[in-house]
Amino acid sequence: MSPAELDGSQVVKEIRRLDQAVAVDIRGDVDLHRSPALRETLARLIEENPVRLVLNLTEVGYMDSSGVATLVEALQRIQRKKGRLQLHSLRPRVRSIFEIARLETIFEIYASEDEALKA
Amino acid sequence: MGRCENLTILSDPANLAKVRTAVETSGKRAGFDKKNCDAMALAVDEALTNVIRHAYGGAPDKKIEISIEELNEASNCQGLMICIRDFGKTVDASQIKGRELTDVRPGGLGVHIMHEVMDEVIYERPPGGGTCLRMTKYHHRGEKKKN
Repeated sequence: MSPAELDGSQVVKEIRRLDQAVAVDIRGDVDLHRSPALRETLARLIEENPVRLVLNLTEVGYMDSSGVATLVEALQRIQRKKGRLQLHSLRPRVRSIFEIARLETIFEIYASEDEALKA
Repeated sequence: MGRCENLTILSDPANLAKVRTAVETSGKRAGFDKKNCDAMALAVDEALTNVIRHAYGGAPDKKIEISIEELNEASNCQGLMICIRDFGKTVDASQIKGRELTDVRPGGLGVHIMHEVMDEVIYERPPGGGTCLRMTKYHHRGEKKKN
């Protein structure tokens, strides 16, 4: 991971390039203030045509619909390129917005990175 | 009338976090459990996002007034009422509606979330222009209040 890959708002903590996957560690609140930076980073990564993008939400304490919209957009973009987007380690508060929006069945959601990578 | 907290912020999205915290704190004081406090903070966040985007066209320097009031009756807290007042572009309230959730696409979830979380969502046109959005959540019968 190069410092240039980190966004200024630090919503993306780290990008790890794994075998057949790119793992992105996201942190903090993903709201209208910080979701644009996440959107840019995910769009840039998807342009690299990863087989799968695995998003680690362990350190995401809050997400609103702008954050969800960012993930929906990323999901649709990567699917058009025949890739996969996986989410893991959602905190209850973050999971609940996916449930309110009825998106918990649209996304691949796992309890851990290991589970996501094995799927 | 119960305790009322008033906040004024500018329409910079960086200010959303402190309003969420204020709603969570007021919700806890009003006897709501964490799940409901978190949900109310989300609903308010969504309402403010709509103000920033639609009433103010994304401008970060416009005024938004927020009041968070405990609804008390006979010394018993019945719920929480949050009013959000903007001075921007008005929208016909009858046109404000969430989209179908089966239509999976980015955006358009805020109104749905507000209605899902809050018991009342009412838009008013106050004198002086803009919009006043009043959202209320009541303690429901059978739901234990957290002391």
